[in-house]
Amino acid sequence: MDAGGRSRRGRRALGTAIRWGILAAFSAGLSFPFYWMLITTFKRTSDLYDLKNNPFLFHQPPTLEHLRLLFRDTLFPRWLWNTAMAGTLVVAITLLLALPAAYALARLTGRWGERMGIAIFLTYLVPPTLLFIPLSRVVAALGLQDSIWSIVVVYPSFTIPFSTWLLMGFFKSIPRELEDAAMVDGLTRFQAFRKLIVPVSLSGILTVVIFSFTLVTQEFVYALTFISSASHQTVGVGVPIFLIRGDVYYWGSLMAACLIASLPIGAVYNLFLDRFIAGFTFGSVK
Amino acid sequence: MLAPAILYVLALVGAPFLLAFVYAVGDVKVGSTEYHFVGLHNFASVLQSPSFRRALRNSIVFTVCSQILVLVGGNILALVLKDAFRGRRLIRFLVLLPWVAPVSIGSIGWKWILDSLYSVVNWMLIHLHLVPEFSPPMWLGDPTLAMISVILVHTWHVLPFATVILLAGWTAIPRDIPEACAVDGAGYFRTLFQITIPMLLPIINVALLFGIVFTFTDMTVIYILTRGGPYDTTQVLPSLAFFTGILGSDLAEGAAISIFLLPLLVLVAWRMLRTAHRAEVG
Repeated sequence: MDAGGRSRRGRRALGTAIRWGILAAFSAGLSFPFYWMLITTFKRTSDLYDLKNNPFLFHQPPTLEHLRLLFRDTLFPRWLWNTAMAGTLVVAITLLLALPAAYALARLTGRWGERMGIAIFLTYLVPPTLLFIPLSRVVAALGLQDSIWSIVVVYPSFTIPFSTWLLMGFFKSIPRELEDAAMVDGLTRFQAFRKLIVPVSLSGILTVVIFSFTLVTQEFVYALTFISSASHQTVGVGVPIFLIRGDVYYWGSLMAACLIASLPIGAVYNLFLDRFIAGFTFGSVK
Repeated sequence: MLAPAILYVLALVGAPFLLAFVYAVGDVKVGSTEYHFVGLHNFASVLQSPSFRRALRNSIVFTVCSQILVLVGGNILALVLKDAFRGRRLIRFLVLLPWVAPVSIGSIGWKWILDSLYSVVNWMLIHLHLVPEFSPPMWLGDPTLAMISVILVHTWHVLPFATVILLAGWTAIPRDIPEACAVDGAGYFRTLFQITIPMLLPIINVALLFGIVFTFTDMTVIYILTRGGPYDTTQVLPSLAFFTGILGSDLAEGAAISIFLLPLLVLVAWRMLRTAHRAEVG
């Protein structure tokens, strides 16, 4: 083995070490709050608030007390239910409106379909913090203030644009001849859409379902603005704003709630990630 | 088939968007139905208020600092994540959590980590003898530290998103180009800065545009960690609009403050259209 080969191998080993160092630092740093939620959830209160203790270790046996308190004495189960219900309804409205719109855009001839798709997508960029003040009046005029229905009605305004854009990409990849042949065989366009297009784009539809549902759990500003009673809240606002009694933070239960509200969503979202990214990059990477 | 979706979005995005302007040039308050046109009065009064100027400055600092950190961190992370290795899926999941978990929930986690008394960060710093034991840093109570904290927590939240977008760009670069450069004698960093990064510019552009929108218009991290405090030192435009328009019931002035978000958004939208157009042509 000559010296050049050895130094090349040495350099490669150094490269691998640096790479793993960076990976370890980033993944530890980025996931640290979740790790910390996990530790806090199972620690006894007296252990948590003893400043002499090493906070990374359990000085007393772990406890389920915080979880019990969370599910028995707080509105947390209610918030989970509210979120699930609002999420389901928002997903339903989104699919009902975005599916036909995306299909129509995908089949428009010329560049206009693409351009209108982009125009719809851009409305997704209009932020809640620009619209929340007028929308609070609109919500009041509809008689929906302080009700979970306010967000059921408003959330599709940002799930529809992105979903339409994503679905449009899916529908475009389906050859037009498929429906043409079916329509020659006597199906109406709607039947062709329902029997041919929907089954082959199920993965795209599922992506939109997951995306819309996670957006409902993540949204904060609208829910904070429109809903004032704790019992009508979603998890995203209920936990950080209403799980505090007076000025007292129940950190154990609070962190338990955070853990339950974030991990499942994170896991599911992760499965569909690549498709969302394809939607965000406008095909500027191929 | 298009009409229902377009009407829905027009009713709940287009109409409130116009209403925001109508409010901003009027005198609407919560609980009153009267409306008088007052011209640019609200904008004038907003521009004169010191808390608005501070919020505008904070918004710019907040956006610029966090986007610099995000672009540097995101590119480094994308670079080490791009090739397949054992455990990549697990690491990708861990790295993505801050983006996919609800941001309000992640922020409350940080509030506990940065707690004035039980902060684990301070515990580590004290035991490493980096800060004095009896006066540890007040992460959310000191104006400068509070600003640094909200910038870092927001960076923590949006970094994974930028990383996955940049990752799409990094993996799309054909392997043989950097290899050819190496054969021609270009060193690693020369290849990186003169070949690879210029090839990545379009995708860096996309990541940055989304990053700016998600940062400049967001108030969640700030609302939960500091409520704009101490003494408005971390107040940004969206949170000021919320405190003025919703909690302070002055809808007109709140709407006027939000409208200051618009110039930047228009700029971003215009850049995005150009990117999309180039992808369409190219």
